[in-house]
Amino acid sequence: MMHRKKKEKAIESTLLMVSGVTVVALFLLCFFLFREGYLLFGDYSIISFLTETSWYPSSSPAKFGLLPLLTGSLIVTAGAIILSVPLGIASAIYISELADPKVAQLIKPFVEILAGIPSVVYGFFGLIVVVPLLQDLLDLPTGQTALAGSIMLGMMALPTIISVSEDAINSVPTALKEGSLALGSTKWQTIYRVVLPAALSGISAAVMLGIGRAIGETMTVMMVTGNTAIIPGIPEGLFDPVRTMTATIALEMGEVPQGSEHFHALFAVGAVLFLITFIINLIADSVKKKYRLQEGV
Amino acid sequence: MFLRPKASEKLAFATLRLSMALVLAFVSIIVIYITVNGYSALSLDFITQMPMKRMTQGGIYPAIMGSLMLIGLSMAFAIPLGILSAIYLNEYSTPGRASWAIEMAINNLAGTPSVVFGLFGLALFVKYFGFGASILSASLTLALLIVPVIIRASKEALMTVPQEYREASLALGVTKWQTTRKVILPAAIPGMMTGIILSVGRVAGETAPILLTGAAYFLPRIPDSVFSQFMALPYHLFVLATSGTSISQTRPIQYGTALILLLIVVMMNSIAVVIRRHYRNKLNR
Repeated sequence: MMHRKKKEKAIESTLLMVSGVTVVALFLLCFFLFREGYLLFGDYSIISFLTETSWYPSSSPAKFGLLPLLTGSLIVTAGAIILSVPLGIASAIYISELADPKVAQLIKPFVEILAGIPSVVYGFFGLIVVVPLLQDLLDLPTGQTALAGSIMLGMMALPTIISVSEDAINSVPTALKEGSLALGSTKWQTIYRVVLPAALSGISAAVMLGIGRAIGETMTVMMVTGNTAIIPGIPEGLFDPVRTMTATIALEMGEVPQGSEHFHALFAVGAVLFLITFIINLIADSVKKKYRLQEGV
Repeated sequence: MFLRPKASEKLAFATLRLSMALVLAFVSIIVIYITVNGYSALSLDFITQMPMKRMTQGGIYPAIMGSLMLIGLSMAFAIPLGILSAIYLNEYSTPGRASWAIEMAINNLAGTPSVVFGLFGLALFVKYFGFGASILSASLTLALLIVPVIIRASKEALMTVPQEYREASLALGVTKWQTTRKVILPAAIPGMMTGIILSVGRVAGETAPILLTGAAYFLPRIPDSVFSQFMALPYHLFVLATSGTSISQTRPIQYGTALILLLIVVMMNSIAVVIRRHYRNKLNR
């Protein structure tokens, strides 16, 4: 009997240790990212990194200004969210409130395919179809613009926004809807005045997760946005080439000697990117918890 | 201009339907466009031959093999890690600091951009552990990237196993670990499979992490050890579509590679859907 108990204890500790790998991984990720990034600031001032308006890694002296990359990421992401949020929420309402359950069951796997398509395939499609189309339609010198990135990222953010919003809408208690309908409201009035407000925090979580997905996307933006590191004007910068933080890391890391100033600068950009997505996820998480709590009431 | 409630409802519903149709149109256009253009490039030679004439002709055999090795190796790390963690979280852990820390780590890793994982893999596996730019470094990086997905899916699968199963087994005097292994795990495996299959699709398509940890531009042979560099499908597509002097010449190869990537994803998604349906029907019976 004692032997059996000991064995059970040993198994439990082993399982705990295995699950601890994720915690160790996150810790190491932070440690290496911030350490390699921090090494930039031995020679290069952190103030210049944050305020310098140009990113010229190969000029002498080199300039590692975060601003053009940060604003590049922000404008592409903002465009993607403006395009995908209304479309995504409307689709989520359709799936959960209007569609026949059988039709909804057919639609969902389709939307999941959108989530599964590799980003490099989106980038390829964008490069070959969307970029030339934008160039012709809007009569631009090049179609490789922030807008092309926003359109592609918008498509890619759709499945996240749809599935999380749908979840939120589905979790609105039926009693609320029935109460509203019984008072003589139409179905749309019920959706608009009762269901959507009740699902609002869940839907905001969906939007936050969509932002997180868009800002961290690399291959697609790298292939369609032209990668010019200048601070974009708002909103006319949408029609110019831009360069995001993610694209900069992926484009330049292959060419820099390990341990050089430029190498550490790219890690510093990665650390900023990590902090941004970390905060976005934190907000999404707390918003989600809030609506779980409401549900419990 | 106020519309009567019925009229505004009609307008609103039409807008909702139109939005859904637009989303479905996106999916169809991408899938059909790649399929139609890639179809003519596909042939037995295309998937079994080496690239030739500076990659403007020939097949994509080494890229396919590279991607398969990447999938095999990263799954070998991620599946045991993911399933055992899920078992701990769902069957053993009690609310407290340890489970809070693990859940928090999973959530954060799941939300971290893949290019950041690439930087991490570069700093830890390539540089610090000295694995160099290699299949091993890339697979370990991808494994960490998909572990959160596998843990979440496996945990969900474990949660759907009815509590009675556990109680009945424990009441017979069976130990907790035996109960988990012989009763709970078999019931949860189909659900776990969906998570694993979806992450195979993810590993096949990820580009940014392998670009930083070992994918090669061109390598006319199959890697002979885990410390070799490798070609992979998504990186191959990226290279052909964006760099070099013969971008338009290699267009058919690009379409063909994109189609193969798409086929992998659609196949994995379909298998996952079938398993999920089958499993749900079984549970409801």
